[in-house]
Amino acid sequence: MTRRLLRTPQGLAVLLGLTVVVAATVLGPAVFGDAASTRNIPDRQLPASLAHLFGTDNLGRDLFARVIVATRLSVLLTLGAVGISVAGGVTLGVTAAVLPRPLRRLVTAFIDILLSFPWLLLALFFSVIWGTTATGAMLAIGFAGIPVFARLVATLASSVANTDYVRAARLLGSSPVRTAMLHVLPNILPPLVVNTAAHASVTLLSFAALSFLGLGVQAPEYDWGRLLNEGARSIYLEPMAAIGPGIAIVLTGVLFALLGELLSEDRPRTVPSRAVIRAGDAAAPDGDALVTVTDLRVSFPAGDGSLVERVHGVDLTIRPGEVVGVVGESGSGKSVTAMAIAGLLGPEAQVAAGQLSFDGIDMRGRFSAAQRRRLGLEQAMIFQDPLSSLNPSLTVGRQLTEVSEVHGGLGRGAATRRALEALALVRIPEPLRRIRQLPHEFSGGMRQRAMIAMGLMGSPRLIVADEPTTALDVTVQRQVLHALHDARLRTGAAILLISHDIALVSGFCDRVVVMRDGVVVERLDADRLDEARHPYTRGLIACVPDMTTDRDRPLPVIGVAADEEVPV
Amino acid sequence: MTTPPSVLTSAPLLEKAAGRSIFVLHRLARAAVSFVIVFVAAFLMVQLVPGDPVRAALGPTAPVATVAALRAQLGLDQPLVDRFTAYAGGLLHGDLGMSITSQRPVAEMLAERLPTTLTIAVAALLVAVVGAFPLGVATAVSARGARHRGLDLAVSGLLGVLIAIPNFLLAVLFIATLSIGLGAFPPAGWGTPSQAVLPVLALAIGPLAYLARIVHIEMLRVLDAPYLTTARSKRLPGRLIHLRHALPNIVAATLTAGGVVLVGLVAGTVLIETVFTVPGIGSTIVSSITARDYPLIQGVVIVYALLVLGTNLLIDLALVILDPRSTIAEA
Repeated sequence: MTRRLLRTPQGLAVLLGLTVVVAATVLGPAVFGDAASTRNIPDRQLPASLAHLFGTDNLGRDLFARVIVATRLSVLLTLGAVGISVAGGVTLGVTAAVLPRPLRRLVTAFIDILLSFPWLLLALFFSVIWGTTATGAMLAIGFAGIPVFARLVATLASSVANTDYVRAARLLGSSPVRTAMLHVLPNILPPLVVNTAAHASVTLLSFAALSFLGLGVQAPEYDWGRLLNEGARSIYLEPMAAIGPGIAIVLTGVLFALLGELLSEDRPRTVPSRAVIRAGDAAAPDGDALVTVTDLRVSFPAGDGSLVERVHGVDLTIRPGEVVGVVGESGSGKSVTAMAIAGLLGPEAQVAAGQLSFDGIDMRGRFSAAQRRRLGLEQAMIFQDPLSSLNPSLTVGRQLTEVSEVHGGLGRGAATRRALEALALVRIPEPLRRIRQLPHEFSGGMRQRAMIAMGLMGSPRLIVADEPTTALDVTVQRQVLHALHDARLRTGAAILLISHDIALVSGFCDRVVVMRDGVVVERLDADRLDEARHPYTRGLIACVPDMTTDRDRPLPVIGVAADEEVPV
Repeated sequence: MTTPPSVLTSAPLLEKAAGRSIFVLHRLARAAVSFVIVFVAAFLMVQLVPGDPVRAALGPTAPVATVAALRAQLGLDQPLVDRFTAYAGGLLHGDLGMSITSQRPVAEMLAERLPTTLTIAVAALLVAVVGAFPLGVATAVSARGARHRGLDLAVSGLLGVLIAIPNFLLAVLFIATLSIGLGAFPPAGWGTPSQAVLPVLALAIGPLAYLARIVHIEMLRVLDAPYLTTARSKRLPGRLIHLRHALPNIVAATLTAGGVVLVGLVAGTVLIETVFTVPGIGSTIVSSITARDYPLIQGVVIVYALLVLGTNLLIDLALVILDPRSTIAEA
């Protein structure tokens, strides 16, 4: 914790601020007490100057000195109120956590109701009871904060209370109180400390607000809120009289909030870097290719700010109507390659290539309006997770029709008719009803077929399917592949199928490209997989069990199989 | 090895019409229970004052006859249960008792002042919500992928400062600069539109900045969602991607997380009305607490509780309407 404070600039600033606040709290009244209390009528209500940074009040007392002296009362009252909130909240929260279930629900419901009222209303309510004094305000704000901590502790404690070791302690006959003290409290302490610091910030501001309203500290005593109250009255003469205490309030509030933030997280520092990526030598483009990729390299920024290259010089060509499968395990760079071909990598990705084009459109740069239109109509995407690749807020119909409306120039009616056809083509029953539904009303397989239908809304020439069946049941997988197959027959589009499943790819594709660790290790025709030379490909094939596989033997492990045989 | 249960088969059947009405009923019941608790607490408040509440209000030097008269007026000479039924019955007829200091019916005083408070609160709510969304969306779109680093740091720094400054301080600052310094707006009073500008701004800016930050964070989350990649793969114009595909998906989360600030904004009228001497309900609370005008305090507490509960309910209803997962398809 100390080390963290000293290491970052933010930590140093917080440490410095804390030192100043503690010094002002301890030494302030001794050092500035005289200047803060000496009445000097000739110098009354002076404007701000170097001698009086915040000016003087109506009795000629130096306001800067008064702000410093007020630190002690402001901070002590804040600490007192936070103490009340934490003590009350922990008691209530832990009690709630160890109570039997019906009682616990009752208490937490009550806490929730209290939480729905802003602290100011609770504090005002309590200050009616305890009167408008400094102590009354401390009690009021302290009590107003209890629900916050009670909720926090109840949540934390119930998550700890359900862990195995607490259950074990209970089974061994540990009493609820003993369990709470020995097992629950120590485990919720760190988040509690963090929230206490953050809550101190809120409490300080609350105190300032109450004193500012005249309901907190009363003259002749003064805290920052009281000074702000007095300063606001003479704001026409000298704005600094009000702004001075205001600065103290905000800075200290921010200080406590920052302390809470520092305690809560150990952020790794990120240094932005601008690494230059070498563009590969351009290879001779294939004249009639639909997709041409040469020496594709893609890098991403790592946590420490450096760039990590994930795809190292991939070459790939897809001819019109061809079905190409890219196989590899996760992390092999196959999805990144597919997204680069579609031009859909995020802005953080650094893409370099000799050539990266789709039917004459350079996929590295920005697109013209005409190119966007063509890409919108001619490229279709299907992603792995059908739960998240459709927009949960828009009806399936809306998501289908928009390509036709935006790029195809169709009216609403014509686009809807086309969407109905597309849904029928991917064999979604009752398209008229389904088109008005939201994605969450579709099953996973239906969503994936809806994605395919979405691609059919234009005039697709390339369908990029990135693990389209991985998240689905085996029976549903077949339906989706069927739909993809129908889509291809209907449109003649080329398909780029990304998968980790070599059996699926070999059955569906014309050609197979095997990737590993960001490079292409082998290219094969799908019907000649048995001729695979690369040990990694052979490993992948060996992993697929068939009817003759001896089920008593363990399946081969790819990494080992490949590493053993690859000469380095 | 067992097959894990498929996530795909757990279709959200409950989250249809039934789910929506259960949610609304649940929230309504909760609001009703909350109100009963507040009502009982407001009634018992006088009881909880240490010592003699009447002496506390009138001071130790007040003549015995005055004390007895006030005691009778507050009904403190009657049994607790009788008083509670009388108070609850009065509430049903809109009778909240007589103010001690002004000797006028509390309900009448509050009814005069309620429209002012509502005007400020609703205007500030609108400013906060309407301002936060464009700001949060724009900053998120600009910040995605760490472009425009300098600008993003400046904006998030500014938002952080605006969140840290409490509304009453902002109000004082506005008076010092915009009102006294530039003479742009009147520093106090109520009645003309120009007098409303500073109170509404002072009340709205903190919640606006806080909401904008939530919108920013939510938007960054949604911009990286797979369905946004789907939208980008359709090469839609940025306007459609951000407004049609991203925005609807952040509203529910933003309102859920921002509800607390919006409710806090309602309570903030107490401070703002006091600073700008606006004749609303909030500005009566300080004088009534100082004077221990119990009936008036009770009335103010009940009205504010209703405002807070009403705001909470509005947010919940907005969630029901806006959250697609709890919505049935529009037929």
